[in-house]
Amino acid sequence: MTTVKLNEVSKLYAATSRAGGLTPALRKVSFELAPGEVISLIGESGSGKTTLGKVLLRLVQPTSGSVTFDGKNIASYSTKGLRDYYRQVQGVFQDPFSSYNPVYRADRVFDLVRSVYFKGVNDRDWSAKLEQSLDAVALNPADVLGRYPHQLSGGQQQRLLIARALLLDVKVLIADEIISMLDASTRVDVLNLLVNLKRQGLAILFITHDLSLGNYVSDRTVILRHGAIVEMGETVKIFGNPQHDYTKMLLSAVPELHKKWQHTPLGPVTVSANGYGANGHGANGQGANGQGAGGHEATGDGGAAEVAEDGAGTPVATALAHASLLDELTHAERVVKRDFRAVFGGNRAVASGRSQVAVALEPPALHEFEPGHLVAEPE
Amino acid sequence: MSVSVQSLVVAYRGRRGDVTAVDDVSFSLADGEIMGLAGESGSGKSTLGNALIYLDARMRAAGGKVTVDGTELPISDTRAMRPLRMTRVSLVPQYAMSALPPTRKIRKLITDLLKSHHVHDRAEVMTELRRRFALIGLKDDVLDKYPFELSGGMRQRVTIILSTLLNPSLLIADEVTSALDVSTQRAVGEMLLEFRDRGYVKSVIAITHDLAILAQIADSIAIMYAGRLAERASTEAIVNNPLHPYTQALIASLPAVGVRHDEVTLSGIPGRPPSLANPPSGCRFRTRCAFAFDKCTQTPPFEEIKPGHHVACWKVSAENAVTATAGHEQSAGLPLEEQV
Repeated sequence: MTTVKLNEVSKLYAATSRAGGLTPALRKVSFELAPGEVISLIGESGSGKTTLGKVLLRLVQPTSGSVTFDGKNIASYSTKGLRDYYRQVQGVFQDPFSSYNPVYRADRVFDLVRSVYFKGVNDRDWSAKLEQSLDAVALNPADVLGRYPHQLSGGQQQRLLIARALLLDVKVLIADEIISMLDASTRVDVLNLLVNLKRQGLAILFITHDLSLGNYVSDRTVILRHGAIVEMGETVKIFGNPQHDYTKMLLSAVPELHKKWQHTPLGPVTVSANGYGANGHGANGQGANGQGAGGHEATGDGGAAEVAEDGAGTPVATALAHASLLDELTHAERVVKRDFRAVFGGNRAVASGRSQVAVALEPPALHEFEPGHLVAEPE
Repeated sequence: MSVSVQSLVVAYRGRRGDVTAVDDVSFSLADGEIMGLAGESGSGKSTLGNALIYLDARMRAAGGKVTVDGTELPISDTRAMRPLRMTRVSLVPQYAMSALPPTRKIRKLITDLLKSHHVHDRAEVMTELRRRFALIGLKDDVLDKYPFELSGGMRQRVTIILSTLLNPSLLIADEVTSALDVSTQRAVGEMLLEFRDRGYVKSVIAITHDLAILAQIADSIAIMYAGRLAERASTEAIVNNPLHPYTQALIASLPAVGVRHDEVTLSGIPGRPPSLANPPSGCRFRTRCAFAFDKCTQTPPFEEIKPGHHVACWKVSAENAVTATAGHEQSAGLPLEEQV
């Protein structure tokens, strides 16, 4: 059993804004990924999901905590050990168009794998192997080999990258938003491919912000918010009976074909002619609505802006308020400067950047709502 | 009819002859209508949107007529179009998130914009701007920030406010919700609805490949395939009773919330859209269509099968004709199962 296990993995980034500060991208995240299992990791931008994928691929070192593969800490690998690790753990990323060098033919990605891992393999065995792995992703070798990236569709490019991962003896696939850039008609083919690979025993971490796609492929779901797990468990249970407010909010925002959003018109807004002067440049009054979840009214600056009372608490206000709250968070993914060795302990809050959103380093405690379904305390 | 597009043809100049990206497209929009325009990448949907506001050096309008509020848009004459942009027709460009110039603060950007459109009463427009900022929960200090200091969702909302500041009759919103999180997507979608309801924009063409978003915000949907319109009907009809085989396949390929792989296996559409440099004769979907028959080698007309429901498919029109001659009223809805 080759299992990937995360033990209280945390990652802090230094914020780039002038005021400095720390952005907690991951806060003590722990879970396990077993063979033949698809876990969808769901969260919005800035929730730390991409960082988590990078930690698993050892592209980013966690600030604290560890990742073990087969019981061995991946941070301890030497160069050779790391090569073996990448033989078994591979990643495919969001944008297939920028995963290729446009100057070279697309199949160069295969040659690169061969030059590192299959030096001794002769041409005939190699092309047989190549054909087998292209076959697994339902690509016709004649259609894709020898072509330049711009001659391939997004779906073909993405499947080619998966085929590249399959050439190796891959046990774990980190799939970071691999279908968000694809057209609807090709998207499903890539999804079904993941399902097939899973049936062959591959463990897949499916990172996405699209809940319906996550639900379609995964056995278990992990929902991240501000770098901490807020809900985790069997996909059926989480989607069937979401417990955390954040999960409920995410689910309510998913556009569905046969169900319309409840759109309640916003009330009148009055702005005084000299509102700007009265209001000042400052970020006054932001702290008040910084802490809570999406339900808060987010008119922000008191004074000039006044949203009438019937605008508050409506679904529109909620969606917009939540969006404003997100604005306040510095995006962790943009920030890779240097590590901050932070001491974890107690509920020391870290303000991210100039904004006033304070997130405790200690993640909210998880409790078992029902067997196979963990929910975090409200934060 | 506030907006009407008749037989519009837009071609790109290529080294090996012109590539017709928009081929004989006609539709009209009522006042206050949000029309969704959906299709795969390369189907010509963005070209169609861009052609209504700015034809760049590579593009050429090879025919057709566009009318907004009763007057014809001089789409081929970029100088004559200038005063009409932002005021009559406006665009939220694709990748709007990176459309803001990085070296200009938002306030400077707006001032430049108002200057170039000879807006005299700038103070009034700025008040209106703050009102709209407040409406959607943006703070005034956004004005004194550089675009890179804003988050993606914020930039998207700022871009929409800028594009609609002079209350255009027609707004072309190109992929405004892609690359956003679900909750931000919803906020932006509802913002478009709100702006329409308040009359900041009269009509909207929302271009996207995401049908589920269109089902939320659009009043009607047009499906584009390989440069031509395949189907156009009310959102309700497209979602629940699509007639064109392509639309049906698109709808079927979307995973609904709650659908799982061990219960339902979704299927994509085999094959790829044809190259527009050398498009096949007849119906352009026929090579991927499960229902293609010999007549499909001729180009199907884009005709009104039912009131407000246009389809370009021989199969649909043939069966419709049969039902009509059999004494059924033409406008009676045809059940999906019998249709194809």
